[in-house]
Amino acid sequence: MSMHLWIIPLLPLTGAAINGLLGKRFPKALVNTIALGFTAAAFLMALWVAMQFAGLSPDQVPHIERYATWLSAGSFSAEYGIYLDQLSLIMLLVVTGVGFLIHVYSVGYMAHEGGYYRYFAYLNIFMFFMLTLVLANNYLLMFVGWEGVGLASYLLIGFWFLKKSAADAGKKAFITNRVGDFGFLIALFLLIKHFGTLQYESLAKLVSQHPVESAGAGLLTAIGLLMLVGATGKSAQIPLYVWLPDAMEGPTPVSALIHAATMVTAGVYMVARSSPIFDRAPDARLAVAVIGTLTAIFAASIGIVQTDIKKVLAYSTISQLGYMFMACGVADYIGGIFHLMTHAFFKGLLFLAAGSIIHGLGGEQDMRHMGGLRKYLPYTFWSMTVATFAIAGLPPFAGFFSKDRILWSAWSSGNHIIWLVGVVTAGMTSFYMFRLWFLTFFGEYRGPNPETAGHGHDADAQHAGDHGHGAPHESPWVMVVPLMILALLSAVGGWVGVPHSLHGSDHFEAFLAPVFQAASAGTVASEPASEAGGSSTELIFSAISVGLVALGFLLAWYLYYKRPDLPARMAKAAGGLYTLVLDKYKIDELYGAVIIQPLIALSTNVFWKGIDRGLIDRAVDDGAEGALETSDAVRHMQSGNIRSYAGWVAVGATAVIAFMVWRGLR
Amino acid sequence: MVPLSYYLVLSAILFACGIAGFLIKRNIITIFLSIELMLNGVNLSFVAFAAQLNKLEGHIFVFFVMVVAAAEAAVGLAIIIAVFRTRETLNVDRVNLLRL
Repeated sequence: MSMHLWIIPLLPLTGAAINGLLGKRFPKALVNTIALGFTAAAFLMALWVAMQFAGLSPDQVPHIERYATWLSAGSFSAEYGIYLDQLSLIMLLVVTGVGFLIHVYSVGYMAHEGGYYRYFAYLNIFMFFMLTLVLANNYLLMFVGWEGVGLASYLLIGFWFLKKSAADAGKKAFITNRVGDFGFLIALFLLIKHFGTLQYESLAKLVSQHPVESAGAGLLTAIGLLMLVGATGKSAQIPLYVWLPDAMEGPTPVSALIHAATMVTAGVYMVARSSPIFDRAPDARLAVAVIGTLTAIFAASIGIVQTDIKKVLAYSTISQLGYMFMACGVADYIGGIFHLMTHAFFKGLLFLAAGSIIHGLGGEQDMRHMGGLRKYLPYTFWSMTVATFAIAGLPPFAGFFSKDRILWSAWSSGNHIIWLVGVVTAGMTSFYMFRLWFLTFFGEYRGPNPETAGHGHDADAQHAGDHGHGAPHESPWVMVVPLMILALLSAVGGWVGVPHSLHGSDHFEAFLAPVFQAASAGTVASEPASEAGGSSTELIFSAISVGLVALGFLLAWYLYYKRPDLPARMAKAAGGLYTLVLDKYKIDELYGAVIIQPLIALSTNVFWKGIDRGLIDRAVDDGAEGALETSDAVRHMQSGNIRSYAGWVAVGATAVIAFMVWRGLR
Repeated sequence: MVPLSYYLVLSAILFACGIAGFLIKRNIITIFLSIELMLNGVNLSFVAFAAQLNKLEGHIFVFFVMVVAAAEAAVGLAIIIAVFRTRETLNVDRVNLLRL
């Protein structure tokens, strides 16, 4: 039975083609209709596919559809095909669902911006590539999507390309990702060389015959590590995370869709999809866990001191992605995907709510100029509250279940240090999120325009163009409704994965288990420990993390609500340390000094001035100059004087005759 | 009998004089005469060889050359007169309208 899954990615592509090619002449309403219509159609079809999928018997999963051979070279061939199992189904639903909501939101957010059609065309093309990425049935097709979302990300970060910082940020994201893609590509080459295929199902079979590389490194470890390099680029992990904070130059819905909910999770999806490889390369998997853990606490510490609301969320995203890698690294792929899903809900929501605030304040992003917004933006406030509770990990919101599951897997798999760092990071997450919450919504409004300057226009008034408006105002309905839906999902989204220790049935685990059970057959068992550890221990650990979350909340409450004068004094007391963290540990400067400047110097002095100008250009120039000089010497023969021509003929004839005579005499 | 080489040397001298005159002189008529001189230098070597080898072809060629030279003289002089009428000069260096 075919579900015609190929239609799903092609729907947004059609939208992108129509809007991108013809949209310039369309009125905004038509651009909206096309962009939203095709995305909604993709989402509806994804829902239909989910229903069909539920009807499949276990031996029909994974459901693979093959359409055509894409390329074949020797014994290697790659095809256009779609691989639908529980994992890609969840990704499909998250991408189309959250994607559609963000499309709706964008209608309001981008209403006053130029290049409206261009924005929606890019957004649709992103959807196409993201769906290609998650639905592909081989790594090569996945790589096409992987590169494609990078392109869409570049285009959208640099959407306001006249602003130099935006253009630079897009470039930075693209180039940083190139480094990661390089690793991923080499991993693919190794796979082709040693297994001769990139199809998921045949690779899983071939890899499962491989022994576990428990002692020392081997082929699978190398492949796993190279894949990790690719994932650190796309998913903004140490050491390639630097592009994500800068990517906040793009429009806020883009940050929500691409740089929080979907694209940056592609690395996690890739690692989960490659679980057969990672399960047989424990060293590579441990590297995943270590990178994830380091990134989680590192980014969280930067997030604590940032003052730009989007920057806080960006570092928070990096930190949460670190959790997902941590989960994959301790072989709890289900936990990683679970957190991926809940994170898509609450982080998408946080960004959209932040966008709503920025929109309501006419472009203000600095939290020091906010405050007291609770009464101006009530809907945004409530949805953001839900999201903040969810990301902080307060029960019963979504983040609690997913984050707790990850921490418990870390502990029960024996990685106690990872657990410790994870739990501390959970406390820090709670602190910086509630700091953002208090700074933004509580206290007095600290904006440049006091309320008196407002001219009393209401929520969806036509504050056309200028945006130099007075009092903060709530966003139009088209923006608020997606917020509410995502708030609902952030609140209840975790209930699908209530663990057994809380007398839940953990549908999520039961649903995804077949994907990873089949994959990890014959490897070291690391999973059953969660049952053996006993539910009371698990509850105690939940209590510890919730306690730390509460501590973070109280600290934020004390510092940013009760005694708002304290933070500045503390910052002064911390001195150099504070500045160092505020400057993001000067990592950008370090990369600049160690990698970028030497590269630029090398390119300038050797490749440009040495090889390009000195060798290639020189050769061409010298050739041209030589021709010029020779011609200049010879052109005087052609004087235009008939008798001089005759003279040359006579000279020539004499020479010929002299030659013949000389030959004859010899 | 005068040896062949004498005729050939004389023919070469006549031809060389023709070339020199053609290259050096500016007056069109002198140039024209120089061409005739070259033709006749060639004619001389033709008849010299014909006499030496006792063949008829050389004589025939000489007649041809004379006929062509006569025709050329007719057309060439007409052109010279036409040029003189329009340019009022016989100096070839000043008949250079087509020069770039």
